Amino acid sequence: MKRNAFISGNDAVAEGVRLSRPHVIAAYPITPQTVAVERLSEMVEDGSLQSEFLHVESEHSALSACIGASAVGARTFTATSSQGLLYMAECLHYASGGRFPIVMMNANRSLALPWSIYGDHRDSLSQLDSGWIQVYVEDAQESLDMVIQSFALAENLDVLTPVMLNLDGFTLTHTYELVELPLQEEVDAFLPPFETPYKMDLDNPKNLAFSSQPSDNTEFKYQQHHAILHAKQVIRNIDSRFAQTFGRSYGGLVDAYRCEDAELIVISLGSTTGTCRVVADELRKEGWRVGVLKIRFMRPFPEEEIVKITRHARAIGVIDRDISFGFEGTVFTNVNSALSRGNTHIPTHNFIAGLGGRDISKESIRELFSTLKKISKTNDTEQNIVEFLNLNVATND
Amino acid sequence: MNTTKITARSITDREFFYGHKACAGCGGSLAVRHILKVLGERTFTAIPAGCMSAVGFIYPQLCFTGNAIISTFPGTASMLSGIAAGAKALKLNNFHVVGIAGDGGTADIGIQALSGAIDRRDKVIYICYDNEAYMNTGIQKSGLTPFGAKTTTTPAGENIRGSVTHKKNMFEIVAAHGIDYAATASVGYLQDFINKIQKASQVEGTSYIHVYAPCPTGWGVASNTTVNIAKEVVDCGLWYLAEYECDEFTLNRNPKTFTSVEKYLRSQGRFKHLQAHDIEHIEEMRDRKWERMRRLWRSV
Amino acid sequence: MSNRPTVQHFNSPKHISDYPVGPAFRAGFLTSTNAGWRSERPVLVAERCTLCYQCYMYCPEATVFKITGAVDFDFDYCKGCGICAEVCAAKAITMIPEKR
Repeated sequence: MKRNAFISGNDAVAEGVRLSRPHVIAAYPITPQTVAVERLSEMVEDGSLQSEFLHVESEHSALSACIGASAVGARTFTATSSQGLLYMAECLHYASGGRFPIVMMNANRSLALPWSIYGDHRDSLSQLDSGWIQVYVEDAQESLDMVIQSFALAENLDVLTPVMLNLDGFTLTHTYELVELPLQEEVDAFLPPFETPYKMDLDNPKNLAFSSQPSDNTEFKYQQHHAILHAKQVIRNIDSRFAQTFGRSYGGLVDAYRCEDAELIVISLGSTTGTCRVVADELRKEGWRVGVLKIRFMRPFPEEEIVKITRHARAIGVIDRDISFGFEGTVFTNVNSALSRGNTHIPTHNFIAGLGGRDISKESIRELFSTLKKISKTNDTEQNIVEFLNLNVATND
Repeated sequence: MNTTKITARSITDREFFYGHKACAGCGGSLAVRHILKVLGERTFTAIPAGCMSAVGFIYPQLCFTGNAIISTFPGTASMLSGIAAGAKALKLNNFHVVGIAGDGGTADIGIQALSGAIDRRDKVIYICYDNEAYMNTGIQKSGLTPFGAKTTTTPAGENIRGSVTHKKNMFEIVAAHGIDYAATASVGYLQDFINKIQKASQVEGTSYIHVYAPCPTGWGVASNTTVNIAKEVVDCGLWYLAEYECDEFTLNRNPKTFTSVEKYLRSQGRFKHLQAHDIEHIEEMRDRKWERMRRLWRSV
Repeated sequence: MSNRPTVQHFNSPKHISDYPVGPAFRAGFLTSTNAGWRSERPVLVAERCTLCYQCYMYCPEATVFKITGAVDFDFDYCKGCGICAEVCAAKAITMIPEKR
């Protein structure tokens, strides 16, 4: 019988991992990911999870060990955050270039300096070019469900690409919610054991992770690029297959809320979206035509969906919990690129918000929509389009 | 478990590292060849970025006839742990997991992961082939470059005569973890090396072998001198053949007299610049080391 | 020569699907030789050979191999380093200049 549990995002990930039956887990503790690996350790101890758990000495080793295990065909999981993700950086490219279908949870957290254990997206977005599929989830149920879906996606032989599952640090990792726990037999049917011909095999020996000459390197990279592009369709298929089995659909690459007739649309990642939806509902009651578009996957990037969903909008705001210093937020860059390729000419505005755990309040989202309304009326492109939301002090600008 | 001694006559004719592009006379490739011959076909080999991966894995020319993978430079030991854990979880039987890394890959950038693997007592064999500098990148100083050696980052000039530091004591650093088995070896004493590989393969936990492997290109010697130099370094006392197991160190070879350190050093381009007092200093350090080893270690 | 890989024909990829999926390919696949590296080659005087096999053991290339009553060399892959001649106590191997 299905069970419900009142658990945190970290717990939900651990439950999703248990149901996915990985062979090897290698992880190194870092706040705010720790609870996830503590739960997994307990599950290994009590025998409810039959995984080899490697207590590694660093995040580099965590991912390096996962690559080694994956190279013999094992299903592998790791989890990290922030500085730990950066310490893995070399292995991130190694895992994707080697086509090792590892699933990793990343508890989104700010990067030093100054030190901050609180949330933003600068860790994962700084690694956007590492060749990993990146998904951002919003609540504990989606966290659990997406662990299972991430393994199905990563291990699809036409994808064979590692997946980074991003949870907002504290806001999601440490918030308790009621979560439905899927049945093991249903998960087993949904996610069969991983079989791959691209592994070190005692009966059919292989040389892996080799060097390439300039004459071949581009082809390997082309292949990798197309595998991730192909993942778009696989993501949609997995989402509908998941809905059939478990009754929950997350919409694939994006999740649009009241966007159909929206004049003003705000685009966001992760848990901020919930606040945006609440404000959108309030504003709708006041007669505003506003919508919220959550980007679930930053790679592959849902450019077609963004163009299609926003095509009738008169202004688009993008919330970035990161910034590429000296330019703009990374989500904003990606959205603008998609819109320009879609040949749409809707004014866009970038809101840098929620850095280092700064709260993104309902009031600030209201303020954001007001700005968008102004832009939609004046169509003013002269103004500074990269704006820090909620600065606590006056500036010279 | 096969404990029959492997000799020149009995060793398998099969080769597991063939057609590689290492320099002629490469001591490292000789080490790799015998490691894989002793361990056999049911072996997963991880080799980090470095000479042995650069010369053996250039698609489509792939020179390892068994399962092999390049690891990240710092990640040899962690990848070994992952392979061993994966293979165990997949219920594979009767296999070896071996990592073969150079001196820089072991004593410098890879020491953290190596320490972790030993700490976990993962069932892997880690072999450091020590050619005393970063050779693949063009002969730069590593933590295992000996005192006085000229490298491209420790040039021999008027003010400084080569490396001013001594070799890190990797063998005892590893032993200090309480590892199940550790040994030193030299490609000049192949039978001893082969015996130790065989022994390492039968250890239940982690094992480590530190094998001295001359690099003719980096050391400024002729390609045919590799084996002679690898013998001489043991005979003159600048390297030693030893084992650590069950909390005990054993000197496998304890010569009554040493051959000439000066002759060993002078025969190599990298030491040509050394002055008499430098050589005296090297001899002093050797004598201090041997005094301690002879006092504290068992001797056969 | 048994148990030694030899050069195989390699069909260069013509289509992207001819490439392996990621860097994973057949172990022990040789497409080129190393013979051109040699400036000297070993020559064995079989009568002097004591079959101690030290040349076979110490060859970094594994290109010395055992035959009945002697050893022979794989000149496709011998780089002419001269270690075999150096370790031969019976002086049965000499290095001679490679003719081109």
